[in-house]
Amino acid sequence: MTAAEGSLPTPPMIRMAGVDKYFGQLHVLRDINIEVPSGQVVVVLGPSGSGKSTLCRAINRLEPINSGTIEVDGKPLPAEGKALAGLRADVGMVFQQFNLFSHKTIVDNVTLAPVKVRKQSAAEAKKAAMALLDRVGIANQAEKYPAQLSGGQQQRAAIARALAMQPKVMLFDEPTSALDPEMVQEVLDTMAGLAKDGMTMLVVTHEMGFARRAAHRVVFMADGEIVEDSTPNEFFTAPKSDRAKDFLGKILTH
Amino acid sequence: MDVLFDNLDVFANGFYTTIQLFVVSGIGSLILGTALAMLRVSPVPVFRSAGTLYVTIVRNTPLTLVFLFFAFAYPRLDMVDLSFFMTACVALTVYTSAFICEVVRSGINTVPVGQAEAARALGLGFGQVLGTIVLPQAFRSVLPPMMSMLIALLKNTTIAAGFSVAEAGQIRSILSERGENQLLTLIFVAVGFILLVMILTSVQRTLEKRWSVAR
Ligand SMILES: Nc1ncnc2c1ncn2[C@@H]1O[C@H](COP(=O)(O)OP(=O)(O)OP(=O)(O)O)[C@@H](O)[C@H]1O
Ligand SMILES: [Mg+2]
Repeated sequence: MTAAEGSLPTPPMIRMAGVDKYFGQLHVLRDINIEVPSGQVVVVLGPSGSGKSTLCRAINRLEPINSGTIEVDGKPLPAEGKALAGLRADVGMVFQQFNLFSHKTIVDNVTLAPVKVRKQSAAEAKKAAMALLDRVGIANQAEKYPAQLSGGQQQRAAIARALAMQPKVMLFDEPTSALDPEMVQEVLDTMAGLAKDGMTMLVVTHEMGFARRAAHRVVFMADGEIVEDSTPNEFFTAPKSDRAKDFLGKILTH
Repeated sequence: MDVLFDNLDVFANGFYTTIQLFVVSGIGSLILGTALAMLRVSPVPVFRSAGTLYVTIVRNTPLTLVFLFFAFAYPRLDMVDLSFFMTACVALTVYTSAFICEVVRSGINTVPVGQAEAARALGLGFGQVLGTIVLPQAFRSVLPPMMSMLIALLKNTTIAAGFSVAEAGQIRSILSERGENQLLTLIFVAVGFILLVMILTSVQRTLEKRWSVAR
């Protein structure tokens, strides 16, 4: 589609092949096959419990899988230890609950990993952090603690924290679901800006507007399976499966 | 007052030793207790069992027995020779760390797992996640019970008097040989401990004030 059209045979940024995952008896990911080329924005939709979060968390191995392969930028996921930490450093993740470090100021949240993991100097990391906070529009909140910020500001800080590692790809797991309605837009705008700058993104969300506006591709999941994989236009105007039609019917009538 | 001023050297030496015992075994207990708590939350089952075993045994043993072990049984093992002072420090540390471990562990449980997950997702290793995200917040949330443990440790140092360490608990017996009034002596010793505890509680208040901003 977009960046994959280049002449170099670059590997996809994310590749999942034959991935299965169980929680005890519960089969939560069923034979997942998906490739996300560099620069593409993929929105993952699906009803609650369909395995969207698990898919997202499997990519940086916050959830280990039972079988199949996952590759990031052409390299298979390491099992544990330093190599896994190294891979995670290249994969940014944004959570529904923000998960900012509550005992550290916003700027310290952003500089922590660049200093501890990338071994940047404090001054260098701080300079980059301030630029990122400025980019997400909260530079004036840098010295505050997370609890002193609104939800929307906290989530933008969390995005800046992930970007500070200069990740190759960003994963978002329902980044706006815990926000008051009036703060949803500021976070979506930040994400749309990232998408426009060419970041590879996998976004689990219920925000159909964002899917239409920023996504190159929509993946629809149900019961642990990928049921549809198409362009936003195709998906919203002519969904193929009954489960997708049913899902869209429920979402769009709200 | 004469009891105090005539024997100032005895009081000063006694409390100086008490403070030394407290500082050495306090630092030792915080380090060992935290290490034990890390064992008890580790993903490795053997480590968890080892931590649990230690806490179960030591926490259920009277402190005097721990002292007796290190004073009389330990030397028979022919390991490193310990002075009376170091023997007391080891006994106090071994005992107190079991309690500190449980306090730290309850603090670890108050830190939202999402924060540890976010730290792992950024590429921090297990030790970095514990050291920079989990433990600092765990300590903040258990400051009051932690201080209670340290105050108990301060008072427990008086058991060392029974094991040839001339700390504040021994002041009474020294002064009774000099024929001083025992009641007055004990009152002055008690006042000394109250002053030391007040220092600890003011440290607690200062830390509480500083850390409350971050919430
Ligand atoms: N740690 C866990 N242990 C056991 N079962 C789990 C665990 N996490 C998720 N599940 C189950 O796995 C299934 C998929 O969960 P997942 O969180 O991936 O769904 P989701 O699509 O993200 O749902 P939602 O839209 O509600 O966030 C659900 O049935 C859920 O109950
Ligand atoms: Mg979810």
